[in-house]
Amino acid sequence: MTTEAATQQVMTTADGTPLKVSLAKAQRRLKIRALLLVAPLLLFILITFFVPVFDMLFRSVENQIVPEVLENTAPLLLKWDDRDGELPPEEVFAAAKEDFVKGAKAKTILRVGSRMNYEQSGFSSLFRKTARRAKNFESPYKEAFIKADRKWGDLDTWRILKRESGAFTISYYLAAMDLSYGPSGDITMKPKGEAIYLTLFWRTLKLSFLITILCLALAYPISYLMSTLPLKTSNLLMILVLLPFWTSLLVRTTAWIALLQQEGVINDLLVYFGLITDDNRLAMIHNATGTVVAMTHILLPFMVLPLFSVMKTIPPTYMRAAKNLGATPTVAFIRVYFPNTVSGIGAGGILVFIISIGYYITPALVGGVDGTLISNFIAYHMSTSLNWGLAAALGVLLLGIVLVLYYFYDKIVGVDNMKFG
Amino acid sequence: MTESDTAFVRFSEVQKSYDGETLVVKNLNLDISRGEFVTMLGPSGSGKTTCLMMLAGFETATHGEIYLDGQGINKVAPHRRNIGMVFQNYALFPHMTVSENLAFPLEVRKQPKNEIRERVDRALDMVRLGGFGNRRPAQLSGGQQQRVALARALVFEPKLVLLDEPLGALDKNLREEMQYELKSIHDSLGLTMVFVTHDQQEALTMSDRIAVFDDGVIQQIDSPSTLYEEPRNAFVAYFIGENNRFVGTIKELSDNECSVEVDGGYIIKAKPVNVGNVGDKTTLSLRPERVSINPEAGSMPNMLDAKVLQLIYLGDHIRTRVAVGQNEDFVVKIPNSQEHSQLSKGQTVKVGWSSDDCRALDA
Ligand SMILES: Nc1ncnc2c1ncn2[C@@H]1O[C@H](COP(=O)(O)OP(=O)(O)O)[C@@H](O)[C@H]1O
Ligand SMILES: [Mg+2]
Repeated sequence: MTTEAATQQVMTTADGTPLKVSLAKAQRRLKIRALLLVAPLLLFILITFFVPVFDMLFRSVENQIVPEVLENTAPLLLKWDDRDGELPPEEVFAAAKEDFVKGAKAKTILRVGSRMNYEQSGFSSLFRKTARRAKNFESPYKEAFIKADRKWGDLDTWRILKRESGAFTISYYLAAMDLSYGPSGDITMKPKGEAIYLTLFWRTLKLSFLITILCLALAYPISYLMSTLPLKTSNLLMILVLLPFWTSLLVRTTAWIALLQQEGVINDLLVYFGLITDDNRLAMIHNATGTVVAMTHILLPFMVLPLFSVMKTIPPTYMRAAKNLGATPTVAFIRVYFPNTVSGIGAGGILVFIISIGYYITPALVGGVDGTLISNFIAYHMSTSLNWGLAAALGVLLLGIVLVLYYFYDKIVGVDNMKFG
Repeated sequence: MTESDTAFVRFSEVQKSYDGETLVVKNLNLDISRGEFVTMLGPSGSGKTTCLMMLAGFETATHGEIYLDGQGINKVAPHRRNIGMVFQNYALFPHMTVSENLAFPLEVRKQPKNEIRERVDRALDMVRLGGFGNRRPAQLSGGQQQRVALARALVFEPKLVLLDEPLGALDKNLREEMQYELKSIHDSLGLTMVFVTHDQQEALTMSDRIAVFDDGVIQQIDSPSTLYEEPRNAFVAYFIGENNRFVGTIKELSDNECSVEVDGGYIIKAKPVNVGNVGDKTTLSLRPERVSINPEAGSMPNMLDAKVLQLIYLGDHIRTRVAVGQNEDFVVKIPNSQEHSQLSKGQTVKVGWSSDDCRALDA
């Protein structure tokens, strides 16, 4: 009796260690093992995914180059009050001279020039010109600067420089949203001709949505068929569905060009059958149609796979039961079958939508002017214009849009409902 | 054709083939009268589900006609047949609550809202699930799901209800409870029920009549007692209840007795039920509870030496396995009465039985 009472106070194992302690010890070993097993992947994802994402987030606001190279000018400019309509005091010009001389020697000043050129074109050449002459400037420096280039006498030049003197900037985001600073420093919409990104974002969303809907419309019947056929036949169909995965993306896209172009197979056939006349050939490629057709084809498997795996789990007796209870085949489908596939539609839909929203290569090849998507411009700024800040800002906005959509999806459909297979 | 007036359900020369090569149902003729509880009993793969599916309209008969209430229904779509059905795995709709599941057949029949609510509540009360209307099927136990499926099959008041192994997934106690409930619902509502099972015990306890299926053919259709006591062929005798078998050759044959020589040279006297002529093979079937141990000499026409191999105590009776000649699977059920014989393993005894209890059937 006494031993029983004692064990009730602190449960111990046979050798007297408290039960909790030895349980924790046993579990710790399991946890370490699990951690070791996932460690390579964790490290890989950390290095190749999270680090770049955070780097991108950082780059979209980073402006280090200006305060670094203009190390004397920048602090003075930040203190300068530009509201009285006068040029900065002489000490600012003196500091600027010093920075220009040093920057010209270190060859860093031109980078500030191209950075500032994003804010207003002309800065690049202004900086290059000034850097060449700065070492000969004599006091008073204000006059020397203005003599080198009249723009230094323009209040706006200094205002912009002051605005971008900090270590961080929001101007990339403004550019990415087609906004800009007006003459007095207030934020305004860009004029119609210059605004491109909002249209692109909107087009990207619109086309991605259209592609998702088309994929769903094409994938639903085929998935249904595959889920009802015997395994052998459905495997064969599955191979056909997955075939696009086994051929190179470029080959497939080029094949679409061959099919859809003005002198291509489809137009030839339409002309041959007299459905269109020879001089009215349809433009189906190098425009939005081309992007939608080619991307629907490429992304179709991403819709078929989750749909198929969900439909596979729906017992055929559900439909039978519904009919037996008096529902016509249509009603049985709408009220019983369809609701059970929603989780697959959700998974496939979100997969296709998110992939197409960031798709790059196909729109670049077949998109022409009105079929290019936002990622094509991100790529352009990454590799051609080298405006990485803007590319990063566009990327972050895209990420933000996806997250917002995902949030609403979760609210409406519920992410837990999603079944990928 | 006048008979089709009395039969509520009638299968007439129905054949079914899925692949065009083998017949899964071979020439089925079956009449079921109004209010009857008929069970289709048979081993797995014998075509029971196929028959039920043809009746419900999910499979079409390859040949023959099925009548419901005098009308041929071969061309009637399933949703117009108005037949209630409980599926093997219940087929409750997982995205609907219990109440919604039950309301479904009424909604598609465009019943008024308040009447739907009333009938759903009544149906739930009938299966004693009053407070469970708002649960999802996944939140119910197997037995509760079973009752929901039953309620859903009954809520639109069909005249005919089909049940395909509805109790197969339940554990023993629950199954017995449900058997009882099902039977009482059948009795109180006066429904016609066609019940499919492979469990002979279940069939015996519930049915008015049992159709024993094997290989797509009804081997015998009779009341439970007739089926048990007077099996017409070796399959039925083997499938229903426990059964000692001897295979032998007919030596002598008269109207109500025959002598059969079985392996080992013994002659056994039996009642000819389903036999050919002298010289033909036959299977003898003898229920274990009809065998006496050490009967008085001369009191029984069959009396053989047996060696006790195994004794299993089962409470109400003692299952005794003995060797009779070469047959080492001869089972005797000794009732646990006050004066029952005390046997021990290895002992040699005499076993005896009357010729009427031993039925000579087809080979
Ligand atoms: N849909 C089907 N297609 C092809 N063969 C089937 C199908 N359904 C059942 N069968 C075959 O028909 C035979 C009878 O099946 P079934 O009616 O389900 O038997 P039971 O219900 O008595 O177990 C089995 O051999 C089975 O393989
Ligand atoms: Mg079956």
